[in-house]
Amino acid sequence: MGYDPNNPMEGRITDLGPHKYDTMLPPIIKNNKGKWLYHEIPEPGILIHTSSTGDKCYTVRVGSPRLISIEHIREICDIADKYCEGYLRFTTRNNIEFMCDSEDKMRALIDDLKSRGNKFPIGGTGACVTNIVHTQGWVHCHTPATDASGPVKAVMDELFEYFGSMKLPAQVRIALACCLNMCGAVHASDIALLGVHRKPPMIDHERITGVCEIPLAIAACPLGAVKPAKAEVNGEEVKTVKVNAERCMFCGNCYTMCPAMPLADPEGDGIAILVGGKVSNAKSAPKFSKLVIPFLPNNPPRWPEVTDAVKNILETYAKDARKYERVGEWAERIGWEKFFEKCGIPFTEKSIDDYRLAYDTWRTTAQFKYTSATDAYTK
Amino acid sequence: MAKHDTPLLDELEKGPWPSFVTDMKRQAETKPECWDILGQLELSYEDKITHWKHGGIVGVFGYGGGIVGRYSDVPDRFPGVEHFHTVRVNQPSGLYYSTENLRGLMDLWEKYGSGMTNMHGSTGDMVLLGTRTENLEPLFWDLTHDLGQDLGGSGSNLRTPSCCLGESRCQWACYDTQEICHHLTLHYQDEIHRPAFPYKFKFKFSGCPNDCVAAIARSDFAVIGTWKDEIQIDQAMVKEYMAGNIPSNAGAHSGRDWGPFDIQKEVIDLCPTECMWMEGDELKIDNAECTRCMHCINVMPRALAPGKERGATICIGAKAPILDGAQFATMIIPFIEISADNEFENVIDVIEKIWDWWMEVGKNRERVGETMQRVGLPTFLSVMEVDPIPQHVKEPRSNPYVFWKEEEVPGGWERDIVEFRKRHAA
Repeated sequence: MGYDPNNPMEGRITDLGPHKYDTMLPPIIKNNKGKWLYHEIPEPGILIHTSSTGDKCYTVRVGSPRLISIEHIREICDIADKYCEGYLRFTTRNNIEFMCDSEDKMRALIDDLKSRGNKFPIGGTGACVTNIVHTQGWVHCHTPATDASGPVKAVMDELFEYFGSMKLPAQVRIALACCLNMCGAVHASDIALLGVHRKPPMIDHERITGVCEIPLAIAACPLGAVKPAKAEVNGEEVKTVKVNAERCMFCGNCYTMCPAMPLADPEGDGIAILVGGKVSNAKSAPKFSKLVIPFLPNNPPRWPEVTDAVKNILETYAKDARKYERVGEWAERIGWEKFFEKCGIPFTEKSIDDYRLAYDTWRTTAQFKYTSATDAYTK
Repeated sequence: MAKHDTPLLDELEKGPWPSFVTDMKRQAETKPECWDILGQLELSYEDKITHWKHGGIVGVFGYGGGIVGRYSDVPDRFPGVEHFHTVRVNQPSGLYYSTENLRGLMDLWEKYGSGMTNMHGSTGDMVLLGTRTENLEPLFWDLTHDLGQDLGGSGSNLRTPSCCLGESRCQWACYDTQEICHHLTLHYQDEIHRPAFPYKFKFKFSGCPNDCVAAIARSDFAVIGTWKDEIQIDQAMVKEYMAGNIPSNAGAHSGRDWGPFDIQKEVIDLCPTECMWMEGDELKIDNAECTRCMHCINVMPRALAPGKERGATICIGAKAPILDGAQFATMIIPFIEISADNEFENVIDVIEKIWDWWMEVGKNRERVGETMQRVGLPTFLSVMEVDPIPQHVKEPRSNPYVFWKEEEVPGGWERDIVEFRKRHAA
């Protein structure tokens, strides 16, 4: 028997939750849980964990586009069946990890992975650019200001040598969110790509009363830019809203609440770049990413302006930062004025906070460094 | 469904990183809906705008979340994606899978869905990407009856909890992240499936302050492993690092010649509290000054380890920027023991104190971090029945605008202006 549409509640099972994790662990992991002593990264993409039992777990980490097919997952399963006792895992950054209980199996696994074209690049460990955490974009989302999978593919192609090597000063976490809702939570990434809108919402007066709770649409605006209004539709007066465009900061929250207020636009939308965030507590406290490039156009299929900008920031950092220094720690040590100068990024008023609590970011000291930006005063 | 020309997307088949376009084309051979995903995406690449309509409330009976409705705005051209609903399936804690389970899920998705997935969504669920409304109930039936597993969360509810891999393969985990994540996921099935909150609420469990699951940035309730005694030191291994016999940071920097390991420069001078020094050839740590940032342990994993008295710090209220700006979670409980022996009841007490209050005072679509900002940290601490301590702030306030309470001031606030004027002429 299966689902019966005539008796939908008959035999229904709910609230099972997920499978218990311990039914999903490979033996080498299950036998050594809580007993691990230390780990080594002998080469990029390879982790060796040593247990107090003497066991060693050999992990091979490979990249993944995250948007993957059932055929691709079946292929991953075939590989795990052959070398990993029928188990595998994913990382929080969408990499795939194959775990072996011997070095011989790991070597055979690596040869196999390398024989499968570019499907399973090995890397993503240590002082590298690991996989880009990202969102849905034009593949599935209704509010995006850019695509996700496409720009990520283009950026990873450009930075590929940094995925499979460990030559950066520290790990560099890149993330992409296709609108300000930030399902990808890019607000604490070393380099964040963020889809942004730049045109205020249009108002579909014909549909608004049918699809919106107007008070919720008004309340959705953090700046009070959405006000009640009346409009004439087919000779009849309808209740609707109006938008004070000068107050709009293009967050898109009104559209989230009201489908009659779309704001996406081919010319208006694009990608902003924020840098210097981190999540880890190591050395310095977690930091937010800061807006350094307010807008780059959507230029599919390969977003060249975006890939160039990311590569420039990454390589300037790689050349200049000290060992262990994250992007944000480097920028703070040299000073943000030096960050802009060294990266050759023009500073604009768009990088000066004028939203709430903005004053915290204004410089209230006579201490600063002279850069080309101060030439007008000094030269 | 017909194959579409995709000259723009074809450009994304080039280059060394694995291509989702190539993968989708392979899948289209057996799941022709994938041609319409590619076709509509190509149209978005031409038009530089999404072609998905806003919203659409769909789901399975009895649940208020787990399915995200989605419809194409060009269904005549791309009938295979006319409905393109997402199914969130609750992942196992730590993201480990047996191939048997994954194959079962893939067979299910071949039967009912588009053939495309996200492994994984940002909150942690497996995301099955794209199916029709009429497939939802049969899919849910097979998921629960045949595979014995369940949907995750969406909407104003407890979102699917997630954790780092913890003790399963990391020596730094200060508690069993998988166990508490799984236990609380089962404990709160009703809260996950039936939205009753002002807005979404996320739990994330990281085993140590490296915070690999980004709990402090992404979760309303962040449980971050820590310890309260002394960093464990193996002095013999410290000497091995100093002699250059073991690469620093487990070899994480081996791709560049950074010169010989220098414990002064790489560990002692980078300690944020300057609480380390060498005494002869022994490394000393003033643990009373240590803030447990993990840097020295990260650099010398074979010589140093977190202390033995382990537990977690609880931070509350992180969120992304919409609306009032991004927030990190604020440290509220400096140390709490995390043990399956009491079924995590001390943690559950903390969670339910937050919920009882937030469900009452939180506004529609207000994350708990925003409610905390609105009422102020002192009020929130009193709700949590936590005494204020200096650790709750980076620094004391610099303005003098204290909200004194009447009972704190001798004599109270009731005064008589006539009596006052007898002594103080106007």
